[in-house]
Amino acid sequence: MSRLSVRKTYKLYIGGAFPRSESGRSYPVTSAKGDFLANASQASRKDARDAVVAARKAFPGWSGATAYNRGQILYRVAEMLEGRRGQFADELGGARKAALEAVDAAVDRLVWYAGWSDKIAAVHGTANPVAGPYFNLSSPEPTGVVAVVAPADPLLGLVSVVAPAIVTGNTCVVVASEPSPLPAITFAEVLATSDLPGGVVNVLTGRQAELAPWLAGHMDVNALDLTGVEDADLALRCEQAAAENLKRVLRPTAGDWTADPGLRRMTAFLETKTVWHPTGV
Amino acid sequence: MVSTLTTSLADVASSGATLRAFLHGLPGVDRVGADQRAAMLGTRSIKTTAKAHAIDLAISMVDLTTLEGADTPGKVRAMCAKAAHPGDGAPRVAAVCVYPDLVAVAAEALAGSGVKVASVATAFPSGRSSLEVKVSDTALAVAAGADEIDMVIDRGAFLSGDYTKVYEEIVAVKAACGDAHLKVILETGELSTYDNVRRASWLAMLAGADFIKTSTGKVSPAATPSVTLVMLEAVRDFRDRTGRQVGVKPAGGIRTTKDAIKNLVLVNEIAGDEWLTPEWFRLGASSVLNDLLMQRQKLATGRYAGPDYFTLD
Amino acid sequence: MFEYAPAPESRDVVDIKPAYGLFIDGEFVDGSGPSFKTVNPATEEQLAEIATASSDDVDRAVRAARKAFGVWSALPGSERAKYLFRIARIIQERARELAVLETLDNGKPIRESRDVDVPLVAAHFFYYAGWADKLGYAGFGPDPRPLGVAGQVIPWNFPLLMLAWKVAPALATGNTVVLKPAETTPLTALLFADICRQADLPPGVVNIVTGAGETGAAVVAHPDVNKVAFTGSTEVGRLIARAVAGTDKKLTLELGGKAANIVYEDAAIDQAVEGVVNGIFFNQGHVCCAGSRLLVQESIHDELLDALKRRLGTLRLGDPLDKNTDIGAINSAEQLARIRELSDSGEAEGARRWSPACELPERGYWFPPTVFTGVAQSHRVAREEIFGPVLSVLTFRTPAEAVEKANNTPYGLSAGIWTEKGSRILWTAERLRAGVVWANTFNRFDPASPFGGYKESGHGREGGLHGLEAYLDV
Repeated sequence: MSRLSVRKTYKLYIGGAFPRSESGRSYPVTSAKGDFLANASQASRKDARDAVVAARKAFPGWSGATAYNRGQILYRVAEMLEGRRGQFADELGGARKAALEAVDAAVDRLVWYAGWSDKIAAVHGTANPVAGPYFNLSSPEPTGVVAVVAPADPLLGLVSVVAPAIVTGNTCVVVASEPSPLPAITFAEVLATSDLPGGVVNVLTGRQAELAPWLAGHMDVNALDLTGVEDADLALRCEQAAAENLKRVLRPTAGDWTADPGLRRMTAFLETKTVWHPTGV
Repeated sequence: MVSTLTTSLADVASSGATLRAFLHGLPGVDRVGADQRAAMLGTRSIKTTAKAHAIDLAISMVDLTTLEGADTPGKVRAMCAKAAHPGDGAPRVAAVCVYPDLVAVAAEALAGSGVKVASVATAFPSGRSSLEVKVSDTALAVAAGADEIDMVIDRGAFLSGDYTKVYEEIVAVKAACGDAHLKVILETGELSTYDNVRRASWLAMLAGADFIKTSTGKVSPAATPSVTLVMLEAVRDFRDRTGRQVGVKPAGGIRTTKDAIKNLVLVNEIAGDEWLTPEWFRLGASSVLNDLLMQRQKLATGRYAGPDYFTLD
Repeated sequence: MFEYAPAPESRDVVDIKPAYGLFIDGEFVDGSGPSFKTVNPATEEQLAEIATASSDDVDRAVRAARKAFGVWSALPGSERAKYLFRIARIIQERARELAVLETLDNGKPIRESRDVDVPLVAAHFFYYAGWADKLGYAGFGPDPRPLGVAGQVIPWNFPLLMLAWKVAPALATGNTVVLKPAETTPLTALLFADICRQADLPPGVVNIVTGAGETGAAVVAHPDVNKVAFTGSTEVGRLIARAVAGTDKKLTLELGGKAANIVYEDAAIDQAVEGVVNGIFFNQGHVCCAGSRLLVQESIHDELLDALKRRLGTLRLGDPLDKNTDIGAINSAEQLARIRELSDSGEAEGARRWSPACELPERGYWFPPTVFTGVAQSHRVAREEIFGPVLSVLTFRTPAEAVEKANNTPYGLSAGIWTEKGSRILWTAERLRAGVVWANTFNRFDPASPFGGYKESGHGREGGLHGLEAYLDV
């Protein structure tokens, strides 16, 4: 007799813990063929609020960590992901080869971004030769809490939007792909076992149209990444809501997640701080 | 408030350690900020009636100076004549400033004129001699009729941190001055930082200086606007804490009417107009006098003046 | 007593026309909207009649800019550079004229327009001129492309300098512009149009449309504008961010501020006092990055306040054209009313109000330098941008408290730190959520130095290499 498998309950990932939605809601997730896979938590606006609180709480520590430390942790995330290569390939489904390639690409992307942690300041910062007796230096700093609407590509897309946001010291609340949220929660398990402090990445699953506007309007969110929003009207409403506290907004883009990402996704969520000091004896 | 502070200041010099702690506890001076403030005040535009007033005030504050190895009684007498009567109704200058051996000549030439006789002393300009020599140098000048003594501090002692030595020398020279007023030359051009200028100013005032003076005129830079500004802040703050007013004398490098007026603006806006009298502010200079007289004539006649019409003394 | 006699700068160097049109496609043309007057805020004297650009006029300007974009963006960078160098030189040649005109229209002291605004304007054009043929080395790829037509809306506090901050990088990168100067200070922008003509700048590269908020809104909303750059209030910035939502327009905003100027107990006191004074009374406090909140360590509160008050007693308020004036006129009756209202709220909420003895001229818009002590974070004068010569003094006990209070605002444009201890400067600077941190100095500007805010003070940077990004398709 074949053994009955033990299934996983897919919950949310907030502040380093895996709670169910406070709303008690879930929604069924199916495979591309329409087979039932699992019930995912259907996060509510209150879950989104809790996630923002967790992200804000984590911000001072994460942004204050050394760049080397952040790079080490992102590399650790890549290691943990590599170790679960098969599990993610299973979860992604479809053709095995393509699924494995997607996991590999996600691992490689994490490694790529991990290396940027202690280099972005050298590339994006400047020593400014001002016309006067002053030392003047501009350096990039994280903007704060970033709300991210992840693209449909469940793993590589997710990693490609989360890694650039956090590698520079931001913390984030990410709304996972609505039709394919399960890899995002499994990825949260990777994060939870990678020395990433709780709250740096918070993962919500549920209805994009329900969650995104609350995050867009939240006055303690500093930036909004609308990459995964395909509905133009929803994107418009979110960007308008984001104007209330002048969030930095990354507008929706159809991404080719295999292409060289460039710096854009990092610089979009960086502030430039310029410090002046007189030079004199 | 003032009395407690005065009491506490009285103990400051009780040991080298307390003196050092006090001087190093003074607020720092940011060089760039001080330079900017002085430069900004240098843009003040003093015109028409204000300029006329400033020129006469500046003339009355001049310590007309000759400090050359080649000085002679004849040279000093000529300068004294100019000091007492600059011409065209201009006010007399505040003092003439000479070496100790020429004090008697100056005193005789200026008797009854109201112009004071100031003498440099204390192994001027380097100050590199024994305390005995410095004290007797001072006593000699006073005995010869000096109303004011311009002493130099021992910059070597100051820079090596021996504040007590500097302090005690000033105290000793002050005692040797008797009724003569003591101006203490900090030689700011050798102190290198504005923090040191501030500390040396306080050190001199604590030791009893009646005036603090920037420079000997033998070292460059001499009286820059920034240094004068820092010293004006020092006398202002010293009076706030002790109730005693101390004068300031920039010397060296003041050559034009514009330089002189910039100094008056500094006094006006930093220490305040209570310092805007010859009693509390002096300009140590020589060539500036003719420039002031020329500008004065320009204001009176409306024509630019020519140097052939002003005496070289 | 040493009274400075009046030393007025001659206004003969400027020739103000009775009326001005719009500058579109290299020509001055009539505006379709009702004209309005610009006045000298120091005297309320009318200076000129100014055209209002209707949305049709704005459309004409955008079409001119679009047409010019083809030619301008196709020019080799080295040629664009030479136009900008020319403009910089003409600004230097006409510096006195520009300074006097700025002071007449804005009310700021001639000392500031002459020594700060106009030299920085020339420097800004020089700086970005040099970038025009070096864009491939700026880190945006080998051949970064311009965006197209830039719609730019600027404020009244630094009329010509804000024009330079907008126009110089836009042109250097190959964009063309439609610029709307502030309603109360259009004159130097219109003189700049003449400078563009003297430089033989191709028609349509720079277009200047005057008018009030509606004209600005038309510039922002125009569908053929590719880039919107705005400097002004956070309130209007929000409206603009909403207006460009859902479009492809690239947006940079430089908005309000409520900067903390932190003075630690070991500060160089005299320079700190100067920094505080310069921080809030420079340009009558009409400065988005003004140090409007003085955070002073409790242990030196009394000493610092005494020194500050003594210093304020020497500030010279009056005729902005007088070379010795430190504090000029408030730019408009409307702004004066806002400053009065907020200052009254400070008193009503329990803060203590103090001003030095100071005689205000009878005509014109004036407000004395004002200090509020005993201010709490909850008072409106500690939270809202006053944009006037009003300083709110708060205290702190520890560095952590100073940082916490400094950051406790929706704004994040600038901040000041005063201490003689280097590691404390860096510790504090690292924690301040502000785009510009001045340590042991304040209100310093340079074209090579990026400027811009965190949070509700806006996004994007102007100046320096970072300032190029706003005008490139990257």
